[in-house]
Order: sequence, then C-alpha cells, then structure tokens
Amino acid sequence: MENVISRFRNTLNLIVLMAVLLAQVLGLAIQVKRPDDGGTRLIRVWTIGLITPITRGIIHTEDWIADEWHSYVWLRNVRKENEELKDQIVQMKMDQVRLIEDANQARRLQLLLGFKEQYISGTVPAQVISTTGSEFSRAIYIDKGTNDGVKPDMPVVAPEGIVGKVLRAFPTTSLVLLINDPTSGAGVILEKSRLQGILKGAPNGSTVMQNVMADEKVGPGERILTSGGDRIFPKGLPVGTVAAVSPGQDLFLNIRVRPAATLNTLEEVLVITKIDEHAPDGVTGNEPSRRAIDILAQRLPTVAPPAPIESVPGTGAEAASGKPSPELTKPAGTAIAPTTTKPKATDVSGGATTKPTTPAGTTDKPKPVKQAEVVPASKPSTATPNPTGTTKDTQPQ
Amino acid sequence: MTIVQAKQERIEVYRFSPGVTIGVPFLALVMQAFIPVKLHFFNAFDLPLLVTIFFAVARRSQVSGCLTGAIIGIFQDALTHQPLGVYGISKSVIGYAASSLGAKIDVENPGSRLLMTFGFFLIHEALYIIVARGLVGMNLTWLWGREIRDAFANAVLAVVVFAVLDKFKQQ
Repeated sequence: MENVISRFRNTLNLIVLMAVLLAQVLGLAIQVKRPDDGGTRLIRVWTIGLITPITRGIIHTEDWIADEWHSYVWLRNVRKENEELKDQIVQMKMDQVRLIEDANQARRLQLLLGFKEQYISGTVPAQVISTTGSEFSRAIYIDKGTNDGVKPDMPVVAPEGIVGKVLRAFPTTSLVLLINDPTSGAGVILEKSRLQGILKGAPNGSTVMQNVMADEKVGPGERILTSGGDRIFPKGLPVGTVAAVSPGQDLFLNIRVRPAATLNTLEEVLVITKIDEHAPDGVTGNEPSRRAIDILAQRLPTVAPPAPIESVPGTGAEAASGKPSPELTKPAGTAIAPTTTKPKATDVSGGATTKPTTPAGTTDKPKPVKQAEVVPASKPSTATPNPTGTTKDTQPQ
Repeated sequence: MTIVQAKQERIEVYRFSPGVTIGVPFLALVMQAFIPVKLHFFNAFDLPLLVTIFFAVARRSQVSGCLTGAIIGIFQDALTHQPLGVYGISKSVIGYAASSLGAKIDVENPGSRLLMTFGFFLIHEALYIIVARGLVGMNLTWLWGREIRDAFANAVLAVVVFAVLDKFKQQ
C-alpha cells in the first residue's frame, strides 16, 4: 500500500513539474512572438518597483555619507588639488583656442558640403542603482525614468565614451542595455581609416567590431567613434580603441574593441534626451547656392589678375573685374572710407572678421585690393566670403 | 521539525516561517542586483539559485522545490532584458532535482553541500543556455573555464550561505 501511495505521489510530482515547465515554455513562446514583452510588463514593473527603491536608497545613502565626509571632514589634499586644477584650467584654455580653430574650420567645411550637424541639446544625468545580476544579461538600471523625460532607445554615455541605450523606461527607473551585451548593436567608424562597422557584444562579455572586410588594414590602438548610422548614437562620440585584430569568418576581420567607458564600474551616466539636427551656424536658407567649381577656385592657386582698369564707380566695371566696389558693399551701417588693405575672410558663423581660411598664396586675390571696411549699424551682418574674395552682406536693408 | 518515514529511513523535513520564505529569496534578488554595482565579480554568483537549492533540500518536497524555483527564476528573469521563463525553467528543474536528492542522501554536511551545489550549478547553466538558445534564439556559448570557475565559487559560497540559513529552520 505504501508503495502505491509513493508511486502515486511521484507521478503527481512529475505531472506538476511538467505543467510548470509547459506553462513557462508557452509563456516564452508568446513573448518571443510578440514584440511588446508578451504581456509581461506588469511582472517586470512589480519586480523593479520592489527591488530598485531599496538599491536606490542604499546608493543615495552611501553618496550622502561620502559627500558629507569629503565636504566637511576629509579636506587634507584640497589645497594641492586646487593648484593642480588651476594648472589644468590653463592647459585646457590653451587647448580650447586650438579646438576653436579646428571647429571653425570644420564648420566651414561642413558648410561647403551642405552637412547637417547633430547637436546634443538635452541630457539627463543619472546614477547607476542596480544591475540585472546575470552574466547573460549585461544591462544596468539607472535612477531616471519616464518622469524625467527618459524614453526607450535614447543613447546613454559616460564622460569616456558611449555606454549603451535605454531599453525599457519605467516611471522612476530605466533599463540600459550595455554595448557589450550580445543583443546590442551600434554603428561605429574607425577614426583614421574611416571604415564603418557594427559594434556588438560577445558572449564572453567583450565587444567586437563586425563587418570590416579582411583585406582592410586595421591596427591595434586605433580609435573607434560612433558613425551615427544607427540613428541612436550621435556621430563622433568615442566608443573605444582596437584591442586586437584577427581573421574572422566569411572574409571579415574579427576586431576586438576595448570600450572607452569602463562598463564594469559605472556609477554615473548621461542620458541624451534631445539631439538637434540642423545646418552649421551661419548657414541660412536664403543664401545663394554655391557651385563646386567656385569652391575649388577659392582654394586653388590662380594666375594673378590683370592690372585694374580705371573706371568710374557704379558702371559695372568693378563687378566684371571681380573687384569690390565700396557702394556695392555698403551695408545699412556706417561705411568708413575705402582703404587699401589685405583681403579679409569673414567668419561665416557670426560675421566677425577672422584670419583667412585658405593658405597664403592660394587665393585668387594675392595682391592688396581696395576694400570697404564696414561697421554694422545695430546688428552684426551675416557677411560671407564669396569665391572672388569680396564680402557679400546678407543683412536686410 | 517533522519526521517522516520513507524506505525505513528517518528523513528530517524542515519548515520555514512565511517571513523567511518570502524575505530570503527577496533579499537574495536584491543582493544579486545590487552587489555587482560595487563588486563586478559578484555577477559570477547566483544567490537566487543557492536559495532555491537550500529551500528545496530542506523541505524535501518536489512540488514545493519546483514551484519555489519557478517563482524565484521568473522574478530573476524580470530583472533582465530577456523574456520571462529562461531562469524560471532552469530553476524549476533544479528545485525539483534538489528536493529529490535531499530525500535520498544526506545533504547536511559541508562536503556534500559543496559537491551538490557544484553539480547543480553546472546543470543550471547548461539548462539556461539550452533554453536560451533553443527557445529564445539568444547567442550564448558554453565556456568550460568560466562555468567550472563559477561553479566552484558558488559551491564555496553555498557552504557559508547554507550555514547561515540553517538558523532559520524551524524545529
């Protein structure tokens, strides 16, 4: 009798196990088929709603204690640190001058190419409060959610480089999929060779760059940036460096990437909530279209123009010879008497006079010419250089 | 402590208070989610699995072990970005197997706990990868070095955790 009961109990236990497994397999099948989490959002919200407030509380308490300690108690190295920071500011100011020059040049080039720039115009700083606790799911939870304007598919970055993207957003929390998860993907580009590829996570937790042909030359140490092709990450953000290159499958290289951001020890991140896309500064809709030949003419050395023809101003001879006429360039503001000066290139971004953009001797106006110096009446004009070296005022009269 | 007679052997079946039954798995989930923020290597541990094994072995009820594993696994799934049920299925099987094993052999001493957890961890990982690859289509690979290392680490941790949890067993 005991044997019968024991056998019945074992059968019953097996039936329960099978039923539990079957229910979960069916649930998995539904979730895989349906893109909207297969109706599991409620369970996720409950779980996250129960667990993240505790982890958030621990993190914020720890931060508060650390702040109090560093702000009021532990001030031993503050003086030395202050000196170091001042030195750093001086160095950064010097770097800034160089970068401004580079940025101006890049802006002019973008203007010529009709580029649209992407600007990060909105970010939300967030703190990492939790992980998924699984080696098979490389994602983190941050303490900002839909209440703070965070939405799915927003890029998440750290000061060193990109981190991942928002996968799910809850009212006060968001799940961020890291770039080293096998299900993640980002469009990237090699900085020097300009080869494009896809950044993906590997099962062992490393990151790899895919879709680069085996006949391309890629060396370790080369920097990798976002390409903007995935429509998630803005173009030009640091991703990491090439750690190792080896032949991969199907004629592609296997490029192992060392991420710029330390994904294992993230504490604070930035969620990019708004990206504006518009033409570079100084580009207005009412500017005349420019031909490629004009741009080339501005950059290539040319034969010196013939001697200026004496003519009466206003007859059209100046325009024909490509020389500026004081009357033609006179803006709404006060015009100072024409002086003989070197031609000045005008900054397209703000109308401010800057140094010439082309190397010496490569303009089509190598000799000094007469030019009117203009002083704007109220607003700075949006004068732009034209291929003939004269200024063209676009300020309304 | 309830004593039941099975196959001429006296097997101890333990019970736990509702607070411990709910609180310990919950605490395990919180720790599993939080500790890797500060100590990344903690991702190698699977506290919810250890708790599943402990309850299953102590209760020695296959239905209870299976359901405990399923519930803990589903909540663990809910923290990840993957579909619910991958951890659930793996832990249901482990809960069932651990309670079956607990009814047959002595799993009270540290040596047997070490070996048992080592074996169950490997089975759990294998099940997880099979389910994730077969049913969800995830790109996961079995890495022997990592799995053996993690299994050993979890087995050592289990000896400590089980010793602590033994104090919550109701006499």
